[in-house]
Amino acid sequence: MDFNLTEEQQMLKDSVDRFLDKNFTFEQRRQLLADKQAMSPPLWQGLASLGVLGIPFQDEYGGFGGSGVETMLVMEALGRSLALEPYLATVILAGGCIDLGAADWQKKILIPKIIDGSMLLAFAHSEPDARFDLGHVGTRALRDGNNFLLEGSKNLVLHGAVAEKFIVSARTSGNPGDAHGVTLFIVEADEENLGGQEYPLFDGTRALDLQLDGVKVGPESVIGTLDGAMPLIEAVADRAMAALCAEAVGLMSALHAVTVEYLKTRQQFGQPIGRFQALQHRAVDMLMALEQARSMAILAASRVDSTNVAERRKAIAAAKEMIGRAGRYVGQQAIQLHGGMGMTDELNVSHYFKRLTAIDILFGNAAYQRARFATMKDEDVTAKVTAPRKSWVKI
Amino acid sequence: MDLNFSPEEAAFRQEVREFLRVKLPGDISRKVLEHRRLVKDDYVRWQKILFEQGWIATGWPVEHGGTGWSPIQRYIFEEESAAAGAPRLTPFGLHMVGPVIIAFGSEAQKKQYLPRILSSEDWWCQGYSEPGSGSDLASLKTRAERQGDHYIVNGQKTWNTHGQWADMCFCLVRTSTGGKKQEGISFLLIDMHSPGITVRPIITLDGEHEVNEVWFENVKVPVQNLIGEEGRGWSYAKFLLSHERTGIAGVGNSKRELQLLKHIASQEQAGGRALIEDPLFRDRIAQVEIDLMALEITCLRVAAADRDGKAPGPEASILKIKGTEIQQELTELMMEAVGPYALPHLPMAWGDHWIGAKVGPEYAAPLAARYLNYRKTSIYGGSNEIQRNIIAQMVLGL
Repeated sequence: MDFNLTEEQQMLKDSVDRFLDKNFTFEQRRQLLADKQAMSPPLWQGLASLGVLGIPFQDEYGGFGGSGVETMLVMEALGRSLALEPYLATVILAGGCIDLGAADWQKKILIPKIIDGSMLLAFAHSEPDARFDLGHVGTRALRDGNNFLLEGSKNLVLHGAVAEKFIVSARTSGNPGDAHGVTLFIVEADEENLGGQEYPLFDGTRALDLQLDGVKVGPESVIGTLDGAMPLIEAVADRAMAALCAEAVGLMSALHAVTVEYLKTRQQFGQPIGRFQALQHRAVDMLMALEQARSMAILAASRVDSTNVAERRKAIAAAKEMIGRAGRYVGQQAIQLHGGMGMTDELNVSHYFKRLTAIDILFGNAAYQRARFATMKDEDVTAKVTAPRKSWVKI
Repeated sequence: MDLNFSPEEAAFRQEVREFLRVKLPGDISRKVLEHRRLVKDDYVRWQKILFEQGWIATGWPVEHGGTGWSPIQRYIFEEESAAAGAPRLTPFGLHMVGPVIIAFGSEAQKKQYLPRILSSEDWWCQGYSEPGSGSDLASLKTRAERQGDHYIVNGQKTWNTHGQWADMCFCLVRTSTGGKKQEGISFLLIDMHSPGITVRPIITLDGEHEVNEVWFENVKVPVQNLIGEEGRGWSYAKFLLSHERTGIAGVGNSKRELQLLKHIASQEQAGGRALIEDPLFRDRIAQVEIDLMALEITCLRVAAADRDGKAPGPEASILKIKGTEIQQELTELMMEAVGPYALPHLPMAWGDHWIGAKVGPEYAAPLAARYLNYRKTSIYGGSNEIQRNIIAQMVLGL
């Protein structure tokens, strides 16, 4: 049982924190949002030169060979700084599909380009009727000789408009909801018969809806095994959720800090409002939510690479549930304690709040995760008890 | 970062589990697991078994008879003990006054009291709260006046747990009224068999006798029973409260109670199916289970920092509040799980010698009383509101 970072991890954390502190300000964020840019190319190149884009990839492809813990450190820093970069889309989601599913020759071509920052990718998986159900894939991949024709709709492709390639899930057999029959394909963004609509999300990030009307791809574009992509998609989604948990902890800790600072400086009734007990207790409840969320983000980061799939899924569902709930609470209270100022776009408080709210929704909100968690079997419960027998005594 | 227990820690867990399997008396664990009433002898019997094993004082230094275990080992021990249905150790000697005597007591006091705490020869109780001094503890009025070689103690203490069984009481008393109210407080060890002490039961809302009023009328206490210096009692009391951080969260007990809650919810029928399959009830179980998972990691973070000799972070301060909120939620869900069978109230059926009829499933009988009783957890040990005041001040700097 050890919660310490290794020397290497501490160095990674320090360098990412320092880099973002120095190179990305809240003013720059507001500028990017006004320009409708989804990201800052110089910042992305900076992250590449730090080696951060190579975190999850094996060292034989030039990666860092990092675990969930390294990803957690990077995501927490990105959250704290309110960065808009497509780290989740390119490195965690699409990169995760490649890392866990692609053939050696595909990895040799793709991974170095992700790591040096020259190629952006996006993951086109969710569909209009799927809500949060990962297994709901209706897009079809029809055989056309050796090739496939992709037909269907994808929605909420995060950072889709800046991507050079998409990783698209499609059904090579079976029906929507079937665990078997889903395959992943690499699709070029400029492919014929591929249309789309780009739009902003309320947190300032951007997404894309894709329309695939017979997009032709060759057999070399298949990632992983034919019909067998669902376990891979689930593993990648778990990585994404663990990463979002860490980002949310970064957001919450920064938001809590600015709120406590505000309580100390804002004067009303001739004293700092932080002297009022009602507000003090609220700030403590926010701290409790933050620390409980941090514990779960650590759990998620530690279990996301576990070979025990049931254990991994359960930890991730629980962590995402806690993060959603805590993020909502901390965000709402931060607005409330800032009063009218919390409502403005000018202050970073509302930006933290909106990103936390978006993170709750992504990959299933707290209510959804709770329902998922509740139907999972008990895993390795340490405290097994023999409960008293149920017996009736006749009177 | 590694959230797995090391092979040594896993081996330790096996050793503890095996010990509990062999040595924990079945009649005692049955009472704990079935939420029945424990008597003094149940606690003492179990503590003497732990004493013989050398495992009674898990937080004490080895030279005073402690185990010298790391905080993680203590966590494992508490978790396994709870799972097996071992009674909670009575904290007043082992976790409260013991560490104070070790830190601030004289050699004579250490020699006189520590061995008797370890062997459970003395049952200790706490004399802190007074009718007029609850959250504002430093306003306490019980007086101790020096007369030659003795203090003469007069006053009234309340919420004194198990004082009816106690041999000794550690008391906060006022030895001076000048200056700041904290500065006139001293820490006295009082023999409960002294003339002039009256213990009167307070019956709580569940019908039980757990706490007492204690009256002191010209009670003679030898001056050698003063801990440390006169007037420094408040700082010793604060030391006492800061001790045993992780135990206060009660994670092991809550994990056991969660399993029992699931068992009950799987037995109870609601709308033609097991209650545990009802989406609304299942949702509430899931939420408390996730809260508990998070608290367990939080607790382990605190224990690991303690082991590594680091100062406790802000996470240490939330354990009491979060731990008691979860305990209360579990008792509430268990009571709800049995529906109308929470209503019958048969306190005699939870005792040792009841052979009469029972009403409803056996597990249902004590659940409402437990729910009622557990409202105390957010009040005792510094109410959760006082805890929030402390965190706001000490951690957030407000």
